[in-house]
Amino acid sequence: MDAGADATPEIEIGGGTWKSPASKPLRLDSGAKLEPLEIGYRTYGRLNETKTNAILVCHALTGDQHAASVNPVTGRPGWWDAVIGPGRPLDPQRYFIIVTNVIGGCMGSTGPASINPKTGQPYSLSFPVITIADMVRAQAMLIDALGIETLFAVVGGSMGGMQVLQWAADYPEKLFSAVCIAAAPRHSAQNIAFHEVGRQAIMADPDWRGGPYESQGVRPEKGLAVARMAAHITYLSEAALQRKFGRELQRDGLSWGFDADFQVESYLRHQGSSFVDRFDANSYLYITRALDYFDLAAAHGGVLAEAFRKARGVRFCVLSFSSDWLYPTAESRDIVRALNAAGCRASFAEIETDKGHDAFFLEEPVFHQALRGFFTSAAQARGL
Amino acid sequence: MAPGGKTIREDFAEILRLVRPGARVLDVGCEDGELLELLTREKRVDGQGLEISPAGVAACLAKGLAVVQGDGDRDLDHFPTRAFDYAILSKTLQQMREPRHVLSELLRIADQAIVSVPNFGHWRMRLSLMARGRMPETRALPDPWYATPNIHLCTLRDFTDLCRELDLRVDACAALSDGKAARQIVPDGLLENWRSETALFLLSRRAETPDAAAPQNLFGEVELPKPDGPAPKSRPRRKKR
Repeated sequence: MDAGADATPEIEIGGGTWKSPASKPLRLDSGAKLEPLEIGYRTYGRLNETKTNAILVCHALTGDQHAASVNPVTGRPGWWDAVIGPGRPLDPQRYFIIVTNVIGGCMGSTGPASINPKTGQPYSLSFPVITIADMVRAQAMLIDALGIETLFAVVGGSMGGMQVLQWAADYPEKLFSAVCIAAAPRHSAQNIAFHEVGRQAIMADPDWRGGPYESQGVRPEKGLAVARMAAHITYLSEAALQRKFGRELQRDGLSWGFDADFQVESYLRHQGSSFVDRFDANSYLYITRALDYFDLAAAHGGVLAEAFRKARGVRFCVLSFSSDWLYPTAESRDIVRALNAAGCRASFAEIETDKGHDAFFLEEPVFHQALRGFFTSAAQARGL
Repeated sequence: MAPGGKTIREDFAEILRLVRPGARVLDVGCEDGELLELLTREKRVDGQGLEISPAGVAACLAKGLAVVQGDGDRDLDHFPTRAFDYAILSKTLQQMREPRHVLSELLRIADQAIVSVPNFGHWRMRLSLMARGRMPETRALPDPWYATPNIHLCTLRDFTDLCRELDLRVDACAALSDGKAARQIVPDGLLENWRSETALFLLSRRAETPDAAAPQNLFGEVELPKPDGPAPKSRPRRKKR
């Protein structure tokens, strides 16, 4: 990222793959069990003696545990380098930051590409359907295994924000604070619709082979790329796309054909093709399904505030971005109203930006100031 | 007192005086969190702000205050009943679309409300209107009619009428005017409606306090903290209800 990296202090990086003991399978919402369970995770910084400075960072749909270090698959910087690092809002010199790959993922946690111990073959479509609550249950097992009783904070954007809400609903006693960024308490019809387009694109690719493509030595790359292209549009605002590309052409003049004439086409094609190098198509199906099934209020008698009834002791911060049309501010406002109704201590801000949903990955000074202010005062209250 | 030796706004000084240490406080229209910060530092309150402007919210968050970006007209409805000891609305009631609703919501959410309102019955207003025949522009309400955020101005008498209608009790009332010490007043007094530039009320629900005493003397006997001066002396605790 930054050329002056020589000035940045060394940060302790740890993690690896955690395996659940045989006596402890992961029980899923669907009724199925996952055993053995593996969780790929990374840690940044050092756990203090009293084990009170741990922060769990939850990633978005296609994220992974490499939030603040070079991604071994892509060779690119961590996806949250802007937020995690020395002098940044989540400073590993102060906090012990844990990032896990969600179950169903393809970066070291048990997912559809993992080997099913019963068959010796990749699970593929025999992998059970998972939910956001299942992802969180798996994270809680790892946190337990690390000997951490209470997390100083759980933080995440987009699907990560949904995991944060699920943590608050299911494990409020294990949380000191919770930060939910650019998320929603449930998937809307529009959210589900976009995901369905992506899934259909994957399943329409002949190389998907009805699921078990891995054992046949192929991958539905075209379908997965289209899924990514469609989804990527939802991560950007119209204004950002217009500013970045407008109607600019790749070459002088039109091709009078179907090559990528426009820069935006070429950009999307690149997004699609680079994505397939790092992501598994079946993981994409399973994780988008988990998102679509997410409806926190429905799981609490239709009343969102009920989900937070036991979370009164947790300090919440909810942030949204003004140009995010994937999970618009109104969704965050619903979360905040439910928190208020449940009597929780909550902060909420809508960050002004034209960068759309993906703003939470970027250098957004007001966003970072808000995070910093929230964590600083929470750390004070926690005695860190 | 205030950081950087800044003068404390006169209504803030009075509010600081009224609030019990350690209380749960909601500040509606908390702007950049100056009052909440003051209350947190001086009275160790458990504070929560509600603020509509993005800049104000960002400033509060940067200070580590709990703040919700929202609209006093719409978002109070989502707070649970009696979640706070005090709800504070400082010089903003007249900017609300539905002041009546807001006032009754404040006293649903909190046991007591601290509300300050500019008095449109002040002699400067009356004189200005009478002499110039134009909407008054005074030091308390300096904006021209087309640019003022104040859409529901009232006189002291209007305000106490509304309190009566909503069955609210005035526990204390002080007149504030620029540069002068706060003065304990009986807000119904005829003269006060002429001479009070801004009034600060401590209100509670009448129905729940049958032994409605006369307004207590919560102002005046303690000197206003001078800018940069020592913290105000701690006050005798109010009678527990």
